[in-house]
Amino acid sequence: MKAYIQSIGAISPQNTFTGEGFLQEVMAYHHADYLKCIEPAYIDFMDPMASRRMSRIVKMGVCAALKCLRDAGIDNPGAIVTGTGLGCIADTEKFLGSLYANEEKLLNPTPFIQSTHNTVAAAIALMLKCKNYNNTFVHRGFSFEDALLDGLMLLQEHSASNVLVGGLDELTDHSYTITSRLGLWKKQSLDNLRLLDYKDDGSLPGEGVAFFLLSESKSEKSLAKINAVSTFYKPDSHAEAERKIQDFVSTHLGDIANVDFVITGMNGDRVADEVYHHLGRTLFSRLPCGYYKHLCGEYDTSSSFALYLASMILKTQQVPVVLKCDDKPVGKMKNILIYNHLRSVNHGIFLVSTC
Amino acid sequence: MSERVFVTGTGIVSAIGFDCEETASALKLSASGIGRITHLNTVYKEEIPVAEVKATDKELMEMAGIQQAGFFSRTTLLGIIAARQALLQADIKDIKAYKTGMVSATTVGGMDRSERFFKKFIIDNSRGRLRDIITHDCGDSTERIADTLGIKDYLATISTACSSSANAILLGSRLIKNGILDRVIVGGTDALTLFTLNGFNSLMILDKNGCKPFDEERNGLTLGEGAGFLVIESERSVRKDHKEVLCEITGYGNACDAFHQTASSPEGEGAYLSMKKALDVAGLEPGRIDYINAHGTGTKNNDLSEGIAIERLFDKNVPLCSSTKSFTGHTLGAAGAIEAVLCVMAIRNRWIYPNLFFRQKMTELAFSPVTDFQYNKPVRHVMSNSFGFGGNNTSLIFSGS
Amino acid sequence: MEQLIQKLKEEIIEALNLSEMKPADIDEKAPLFVDGLGLDSIDALELTVLLEKKYGLKINTAEEGKKILHSVNSMAEFITANKKS
Repeated sequence: MKAYIQSIGAISPQNTFTGEGFLQEVMAYHHADYLKCIEPAYIDFMDPMASRRMSRIVKMGVCAALKCLRDAGIDNPGAIVTGTGLGCIADTEKFLGSLYANEEKLLNPTPFIQSTHNTVAAAIALMLKCKNYNNTFVHRGFSFEDALLDGLMLLQEHSASNVLVGGLDELTDHSYTITSRLGLWKKQSLDNLRLLDYKDDGSLPGEGVAFFLLSESKSEKSLAKINAVSTFYKPDSHAEAERKIQDFVSTHLGDIANVDFVITGMNGDRVADEVYHHLGRTLFSRLPCGYYKHLCGEYDTSSSFALYLASMILKTQQVPVVLKCDDKPVGKMKNILIYNHLRSVNHGIFLVSTC
Repeated sequence: MSERVFVTGTGIVSAIGFDCEETASALKLSASGIGRITHLNTVYKEEIPVAEVKATDKELMEMAGIQQAGFFSRTTLLGIIAARQALLQADIKDIKAYKTGMVSATTVGGMDRSERFFKKFIIDNSRGRLRDIITHDCGDSTERIADTLGIKDYLATISTACSSSANAILLGSRLIKNGILDRVIVGGTDALTLFTLNGFNSLMILDKNGCKPFDEERNGLTLGEGAGFLVIESERSVRKDHKEVLCEITGYGNACDAFHQTASSPEGEGAYLSMKKALDVAGLEPGRIDYINAHGTGTKNNDLSEGIAIERLFDKNVPLCSSTKSFTGHTLGAAGAIEAVLCVMAIRNRWIYPNLFFRQKMTELAFSPVTDFQYNKPVRHVMSNSFGFGGNNTSLIFSGS
Repeated sequence: MEQLIQKLKEEIIEALNLSEMKPADIDEKAPLFVDGLGLDSIDALELTVLLEKKYGLKINTAEEGKKILHSVNSMAEFITANKKS
């Protein structure tokens, strides 16, 4: 199963949406507790009447999807598939809050309607009047991977000749407070570009939206080719994770030496990063490696941001220095491996190549 | 794509029973599970009827064989109970013998526990027990069910409102057809929560007298809770293990109505398309369908839109049709799977289920639903509809031999 | 009445998040739904909540709702006719 990435619409804490070039100007956040998206001017994409009920995540999702389609020159995709770990939590919190505040009486229906996990996929379909396949995956660190696999299957089945696949998650004040209490983040504010220098537990929370228009055939617009995506769940040991990645590479690429660059999900958390260090000593020992969560923060569908990076590296044949975490030389970029995990539970692997 | 997809096990828990047998007796007796709220702590106890699973969380824990208190949402417990039954019926002794995955669906996930957390948290952000919030997300329930059953090879959770578990069955079938998995436990689970009760109440689509699907005087839906799971297998694993096959999943289709966020289009376009796609995948003419288990929520809008779509597709030959939501209530993310299990039972036993509380035919439609339990009917191909918010419409076709 | 109409318009803009609109943009005689302002069934529910919350007035049936929520004028008339004070 493979597909060509025709275009990308990515909204992130970096200038991925409106900025010129590829990570030309890296956004540095000092004394940051979290990274939030740089939001575009929504009015360029939809009129205020159409977005009057949309929360921030829905606006970002719809906007990124519309830009992605616009860049690909597609009006009506063959399918819309989204992945989101937590869905539209701002509206979920809003409805729960008013439920208790008003003792279940006279509640506004809008936040309830908008809290549904498939709100973004539905809103895109509604705007485009797209009556095709529509699905939403909501499984923690598998959300985007499962959505992408669904998209690849649709192409393989010839149920669609192109599919719109996206990953999206938002950070809210409440979700930040709760996940902080759960001990997921570093105790002090930090400089995002120095994420790996802080040796204590925890990571830096973030958010983002990235949509990809995938097609079964190549065009002059094609940015990169997705060769394979796979997931594995709760490996017993680092060695098992290594075996899974090794098997994946053998099946889809052959020798690991054919990988030109690895994008890892290193997030600065001591325990979470152990497996990447293990791989750096073993399977990846000869490969130049990079990371990305200092740019977008940690969130359930952050691998969609990594896929954006891989595609852009392959297209531009440039590896921005900010991504690198070792000084191994990088040469011509043909095959990029992405390996990320969420809390050592949900592991995702992607193989992306030049067209 | 030549792979066939076989159902080898089913499990169900809803307001009308804790397994397939109890469910069958309730159906035969036309005994609806709709009644007064007893477990949910809401101000609407006396006002809004629901179809509750008749057990406390503690009792569900015992049924699910869970000892470790405090980390399982009601949604998860219901899911474990139904999924265990499905594995038992499929006679799966070694879960690792084949590449086995799980695709579960839910709309509320662990919301019952999140509500407990949030009630304290909104007053003071340092309050609320953290163990009540870690079960919030939809993936939590799938992982706990999968862990209990030992499933590791592939996990996915789908949430597309009221069509969620129909989409889980659709995805599982495609994972087998694409040769990615040999076996998949597919289904969905949703518990009743304040969130959904108040949500649907704010939409003013809860019938204070209980739902009456396809009736002229219908006035809204009735919420229910429960779980349904099916074991589906590839031809290879069924042949190798000489498995008894319950039926085959021959058709599936998903289409988007793309009309309005909550309302269905007047001509039922999305519903028509999903049914049509399912027939195309199955390679069946509309006339071959023996029974339709309709989405039939009982809202004015759904039943009209769905009814019109059915008449567009089947013309004057509308098959026997009923909404079993008059028994189970609308179980949201579990509805597609619960109704799928009922469809499998209908094929196996040659049954057609009644649509309770129907009195008067809708003026806009030519057909009426079935109103009595029918035995010994030729039931070979059954269609099941599930439609959700955002116009997410899915139809499945189950076929006997 | 004038005052009430002005107030209602402001409340509608806030309740439905019509962020780009000013009260003057809403014609009190024009239909709020479909052809006029272009509101839909969810907005109707929000306006129903608004009437009950701010004016203590309940809409009992969908038919009644259609008449009352037809325009800003019809809403104002309903409020004036049914206000308790």
